Amino acid sequence: MNKVTSDSVNDHCHDGSSHQASTSHETDSVATLVQQELIIEGAGCASCVGKIEEALKQVSGVTEAEMNFAQRTVSVVGSADDTDLIKAVEKAGYNAKSTSGETEDDALDEKERADSAYYKRLIKKTWIALSLGVPLMAYALITGEMNVSTTGEQVVWGGVGILTLAVLIISGKHFYVGAWKSFLNHSANMDTLIALGTGTAWLYSMVVVFFPSSVPPEARHVYFEATAIIIGLIDLGLALELKARGRTSEAIKRLIGLQPKTARVVRDDKELDISIDQVLLNDVVRVRPGEKIPVDGEVIEGHTAIDESMLTGEPMPVEKAVGDTLAAGTINKAGTILFKATRVGKDTALAQIINMVKRAQNSKPPIGRLADIISAYFVPVVMIIAVSSALAWLNFGPEPVVAYAIVSATTVLIIACPCALGLATPMSVMVGVGKAAEAGVLIRNGAALQTASKITAMILDKTGTITLGAPKVTDVLIAGDHDEQTVLQLAATLESGSEHPLAMAIVESAKERGIEIGKVSNFNAIAGHGVQAEVDGKTLLFGNEKLMHERGIDLGAFVKKAQGLAAEAKTPMYFAIDNRFAAIIAVADPIKEDSIAAIKRLQHSGIRVVMLTGDNRDTAKAVASKVGITEFFAEVLPEEKSKKVQELQMQGEIVGMTGDGINDAPALAIANVGFAIGTGTDVAIESADITLMRGSLHGLADAIAVSKATLRNIKQNLFGAFIYNVAGVPFAAGVLYPFMGLLLNPVIAGAAMAFSSLTVVTNANRLRFFKAQDH
Amino acid sequence: MLIINIAGVVLIALIVWWFWLYKPKEAELSDNDLVVIVENGTYSPSHIKVPAGSPIEIKFLRKDQSPCSEALLIPDLQISDTLPLNKVKIIQLPALSSGEYAFHCQMQMYRGQITVQ
Repeated sequence: MNKVTSDSVNDHCHDGSSHQASTSHETDSVATLVQQELIIEGAGCASCVGKIEEALKQVSGVTEAEMNFAQRTVSVVGSADDTDLIKAVEKAGYNAKSTSGETEDDALDEKERADSAYYKRLIKKTWIALSLGVPLMAYALITGEMNVSTTGEQVVWGGVGILTLAVLIISGKHFYVGAWKSFLNHSANMDTLIALGTGTAWLYSMVVVFFPSSVPPEARHVYFEATAIIIGLIDLGLALELKARGRTSEAIKRLIGLQPKTARVVRDDKELDISIDQVLLNDVVRVRPGEKIPVDGEVIEGHTAIDESMLTGEPMPVEKAVGDTLAAGTINKAGTILFKATRVGKDTALAQIINMVKRAQNSKPPIGRLADIISAYFVPVVMIIAVSSALAWLNFGPEPVVAYAIVSATTVLIIACPCALGLATPMSVMVGVGKAAEAGVLIRNGAALQTASKITAMILDKTGTITLGAPKVTDVLIAGDHDEQTVLQLAATLESGSEHPLAMAIVESAKERGIEIGKVSNFNAIAGHGVQAEVDGKTLLFGNEKLMHERGIDLGAFVKKAQGLAAEAKTPMYFAIDNRFAAIIAVADPIKEDSIAAIKRLQHSGIRVVMLTGDNRDTAKAVASKVGITEFFAEVLPEEKSKKVQELQMQGEIVGMTGDGINDAPALAIANVGFAIGTGTDVAIESADITLMRGSLHGLADAIAVSKATLRNIKQNLFGAFIYNVAGVPFAAGVLYPFMGLLLNPVIAGAAMAFSSLTVVTNANRLRFFKAQDH
Repeated sequence: MLIINIAGVVLIALIVWWFWLYKPKEAELSDNDLVVIVENGTYSPSHIKVPAGSPIEIKFLRKDQSPCSEALLIPDLQISDTLPLNKVKIIQLPALSSGEYAFHCQMQMYRGQITVQ
């Protein structure tokens, strides 16, 4: 839904580009056709539809209004403001709310408000339930009297029973309504167990009160205190869980908080402070020092340093000048700049990151599947166990059998906790994915998180991953009577047709020396070997030794010199003019300063690190030995990269592949986990399983460390939840009674159940304190 | 005692039938006017029939405050989303081939099924 206010429409073209005021009228009719959706309240009959639609069509600017009665929404097309539309609906006798124009921030605020109101209600319910349950329990403990034997006791306990019912309705209505609704729906959930457990205990107590003769004298015990306390404790557990859950989404809150609410745009030579959702594509935005970048864009005036750490985890501010890109949510540290908006709204890198983190936080790794299958059958199974346990007590138990049967069935229903099982995985994923995002590591989904924790081998692409990916010309060795200037001029002209990073290095180097680039014709790229073209009537050939040999070009003693250069981690390339060898031009790509330390971290965690490059063997060997890698694949053609991944997989390795996400896409896709390594906020976020926003390989080690910590946390949670239910349910049913005379009190079962899911959420929250190893 | 035992076994049989064997009615997704209400621990309707082969939209309206009901997962389609409180949320599904696709909350306490025919 686009919400464009009439002001901004008058000032701007429909395509979002700014323009002169004189043309604004021509575009009005196109620009103002906007679709909005309203939610209608109070429409009880189908005949309201016509009334509401008619009322909306009366509003000036509305061209179409169509109500969806089942959904109670109406979609309106036209130029009218939503406040006018709401007023019209209200005038017709109904209430309406707009669904558009809400930012993530507003939604988050609203959610927090709703959560906080819900928390307060739960706490109130807890107090009400406990203020009846606790004194009753104290009375029972002190006097040991909760039996009904005289008429006087019948009257007193009858009164307490009614009071308990009132408490159950006030504090536990949601459990009973939920249980009933899901029963009608042929499903059962936690509400079912709580409602059945407390309902059974209360009903049995009322039978004891009103029809004592139907129960053996020794079983005439009432359980009102237990029902009230159980409901109170479960409410308390839910309230605390709600608080703890709030903390699990801290990371996403921080990301959403990065988005500024307003932007200062320059339109028609005037500066306007406007709401962020009104910034249009190509708007010119001014940002002063200390302010946040409101939308993605490209600098058109001024230069500054930008703190991108909130998105990339990279602590050093990044220098930005005219032509450089900016990302929304980052902070302008130094100068005032003007930039052109290139991505707004949901398209900004920040919005995409938020979206991806949100999706990933809700997705589940395969490890949670078993728990899912179990929880799908859990509640009915517990109900069957409760019935079976009651039958067992009735048949084989000691007197009073009825009381024992009721207590064991109630306790089984109360102690069983499908929530702990169901929460075990998602809570940890939520915190783990959020934690990773804080370090500039974007994990696509739960499956990627799980596989990343199991990686045994990591393939690193050399160029742009281990190295900076910005090669420079280091040596020019001339053969015969050619001069360096001419050789560079011809080579740069030839390479100007290529987009290979090495070619770009030569072109850059020529430009730096003030050499003019000529015209190239018949350009031909020979994949994996080099390039060929004609310049000024000369046939030029540029590439590796193999290419020169194939063309029968004699390299003489230069082969040795090339090997020497390669041993220094430089890439030597041969240049021939008219089929005669002319020069070696060597290019080197500097190694990123923290690559060595990061690779060591990976190796320390037991991962086999393998380097992959299209470069020749000698260069590859030199780079590998510099960064401490013993295993490498050299001279790998681009299309062969995925084969190398498969080779390692055939050896039984779980392979991670790290590359730039564009050239390595097939290899990233075929690897068990593909890591795209970015350079700041430009990275293609959707291109891999895990995206490293920061260029440093430490991000890779961080990603694996976070995954391992998260999986460990999930396993702890699952183990705890399984053990809790596997041990708790039989204990509640009374399996220990024949051997040790032990039977669980339903109140203790209620407390255990209430705090089991809280324990899971709290354990997941421990992940918040996870710190990637210092680097 | 015999009667009690028989009653107990019948109760167990009823639980099995009601929760596992019974096939609830399916609501049809036609004219885009279907809204799945998320309230009181259930999706209503919980079983939705949709046509195969074309992209569809299912609207969800969450009225339940419990945080459990917030997440909506359709694991077979790799869809995971959050449902805002008291606001219609449209979940877009790609063109699907015939089959059954479960949707549920994070903990699987809210459960539903999309039948594609």
